[in-house]
Amino acid sequence: MRLEPIANPSVLRRLGLPASALLATIAVASGLAAVAGADPLATLGLIVKGAAGSRFAALETLNRATPLIFTGLAVAVAFRARLWNIGAEAQLYAGAIMAVLLGTGALPGAVALPAMALAAMVAGALVLLGPVLLKTRFGVDEVVTTLLFNFIMLLFVSYLLEGPLKDPMGMGWPKSAALAKEARLPRIVDGLRLHWGFGLALIAALTVWVIERRTAFGYEMRAVGLNPRAARFAGVPVNAVLVKTALLSGGLAALAGFSEVAGLKGHLTLDLSPGFGYTGIVVAMLALLNPLAVVPAALFVAGVFVGADSMSRAAGVPTYIADMLLASSLLFMVLAILLVRFRVVRG
Amino acid sequence: MIVAPVLRLCGITKRFGSLVANDAISLSLNRGEVVALLGENGAGKTTLMNILFGHYVADAGTVEVMGQPLPPGHPRAALAAGVGMVHQHFTLADNLTVLDNILLGTRPLWRPGLRKAVARARVQALSQDFGLSVHPDARVGTLSVGERQRVEILKALYRDARILILDEPTAVLTPQETEALFRTLRLAVGRGLSIIFISHKLHEVMGVADRAVVLRHGRVVGEVATADTDRHALAALMVGEEVVPPKVAPPTPGPVLLRLDDVTTAQAGTATGLRRVTLDLRAGTITGLAGVSGNGQAALSDLVSGVIRPQAGRLHIAGAPVTHWTPREAVGAGIARIPEDRHSTGTIADFTLTENAILEGYRSRFAKGGWMNWRAARAFAEGIIRTYDVRCPGPDTRIRLLSGGNMQKLILGRVLEPGPRIILANQPVRGLDIGAITYVHSRLLQARDAGAAVLLISEDLDEIMALSDSIHVISEGRLSPGFARGTMTQQQLGLWMAGHGFADAA
Repeated sequence: MRLEPIANPSVLRRLGLPASALLATIAVASGLAAVAGADPLATLGLIVKGAAGSRFAALETLNRATPLIFTGLAVAVAFRARLWNIGAEAQLYAGAIMAVLLGTGALPGAVALPAMALAAMVAGALVLLGPVLLKTRFGVDEVVTTLLFNFIMLLFVSYLLEGPLKDPMGMGWPKSAALAKEARLPRIVDGLRLHWGFGLALIAALTVWVIERRTAFGYEMRAVGLNPRAARFAGVPVNAVLVKTALLSGGLAALAGFSEVAGLKGHLTLDLSPGFGYTGIVVAMLALLNPLAVVPAALFVAGVFVGADSMSRAAGVPTYIADMLLASSLLFMVLAILLVRFRVVRG
Repeated sequence: MIVAPVLRLCGITKRFGSLVANDAISLSLNRGEVVALLGENGAGKTTLMNILFGHYVADAGTVEVMGQPLPPGHPRAALAAGVGMVHQHFTLADNLTVLDNILLGTRPLWRPGLRKAVARARVQALSQDFGLSVHPDARVGTLSVGERQRVEILKALYRDARILILDEPTAVLTPQETEALFRTLRLAVGRGLSIIFISHKLHEVMGVADRAVVLRHGRVVGEVATADTDRHALAALMVGEEVVPPKVAPPTPGPVLLRLDDVTTAQAGTATGLRRVTLDLRAGTITGLAGVSGNGQAALSDLVSGVIRPQAGRLHIAGAPVTHWTPREAVGAGIARIPEDRHSTGTIADFTLTENAILEGYRSRFAKGGWMNWRAARAFAEGIIRTYDVRCPGPDTRIRLLSGGNMQKLILGRVLEPGPRIILANQPVRGLDIGAITYVHSRLLQARDAGAAVLLISEDLDEIMALSDSIHVISEGRLSPGFARGTMTQQQLGLWMAGHGFADAA
């Protein structure tokens, strides 16, 4: 079997194939639910209901999507320049640490949040600076360095929470002191549990899109990602572009940490992120690295997680079904998108 | 006696969107015959062969091999029917041996034991019979281009090909290797194989083919026995008009615009560096660099392009010594750079024509305060498409969809539009058809007459001798003195190319 490119895919192909990917995902999920001994359709219904069935559920999904938009953007930007940043998790925690450092201190109310966000971005950028310099100077593979940085950072956070940042009033739990009131991100609508981190995430997505499509830096970034050799020959400063891309990517991932601490949790713990950095890779791939598409991709992924949580409580099917759902949806979607542009020819 | 053709293409039509790549093409091939398929880039040769080989499905028409119709869209069916194709870009695995490459795909993966001894004997017999000498245990990555091509042909023969399709096989070969290939083809024909030979080098077609089928804009415009025609008539058929060799007016040399002063460059891997090279490029002249491939042309080209810096010695531009030297500095100094490899160095395949057109000038001319001016960029690309006759659906097309000639025209436009003072043209017409070659040459001559200093690097001695006002020969990184137009014969230059005459000859 071979793939033959299709010059102008039909509308049916463009819409039908992603739709079938969704159906295939649903089929897999139903099968799994049946294996777990539950009614497949009811299980799926519960997931959808848990993700978007009520105002509370929908807001929960938006909240969960917020850090995923940031990490998804971080990964999408880096991958665009073919910088394989697997370390969004570490950059996220770097941002969270800065938020706690500045947010529990005595910064005046008006500057507290901007200062925290800025410091978080700088810290996240610096975390990725090391691996990218190792790559541009010595050719060290950034997949390895950024991945390993995640573990270093987690251990570092653990040290901080047992030592210098430990909450003296925390009854011995490894958690930081709570943020000052002015250092908390306000809610978008009073009384509803959705904070401005989500708004910031939408702004970030739009900003990244503008950078990619409208600025010289974005053009350089895409050129370096598609063909570094031709880019270098034409006079694009490839290494400088990679470093700048890394700074942007690290900064975006760190905003996830800032937004989780300042918007949702109010303090730093070791389980601040249930792998948002890694899930960001799934989000970015589902979005085909398009910064605007990162938003719906993150909403989808968050919806699956939130919906599965709620379904699990109601139907007794393990939440692992969420991971299976995501994994199969990613596989089916990647396949569908490939098949939009190529047809399979036998022989 | 009437013999049924071994291959018959009947009324093949293939459309890509609004473009008709093949328009009711019919073609037949007899046993033991070599048919040349001629045509400019974009005439539809490659599409036709891809249909024959099942890579594309034709919109209309049939393919018959040995009288049996081939099911469309099944490369394996073509293979099984005895059709073998040697692509222009080889399809070999570098890290496997010659034998493994030949066996690859011939047997199911799960069958234990490849019975390599039998296979090796057969490969050796084939290479003996067809004059395709290559060691079966050599790693393909270590082979020369000519040897790799032999492996491709062996691969087809090993699969019992009765019909061989060669897509521009000589584009990558030295004259000696080309001769060897032609010997192989004659041996093959003697054994009853039939060959389709795609090319646009007319003297080769005249030399090796029995019949030539000429395509233009997707149609068959002529079919002639090579015995009844000549190069001029074929060329006229191909481009639709008589080809005139470039008329070169006497040069009006100006000041030295680029000087290499005793420059040595580092040896990069196996690539030869420059050894104490001194060279002046004068305004209003074309300086030709002749030499056998791999003797330092790449280093000289990279140096002038700004990709590498001198290890010793100096570069002077318009009399001023150069201190900081990068590709961006080179562009800034008014050097137009036409790179050797337009696919991987000259363009970004998945960028649009617009995006490729501004690759060198995006910072200086198409961005302000970091913001891109896409409207200006698009207008620039549209201007190039018009002025340089780039055949394409439009400036938003990805450049990978263009033929090599049209790609080269876009590169020409990109580098010539700003009005460069110095032009580096490294193999500017390699792989192009006659129409495009004539076009590129005329543009270079125009630029010379407008006062640019042109450095032309080519492995084609005819091209060098036709265009250059002064010729240098490069050998093992050393540069010969300059020879004025008409003062040297091919043979004399050949001696220099072989390394004779240099002061420090070893």
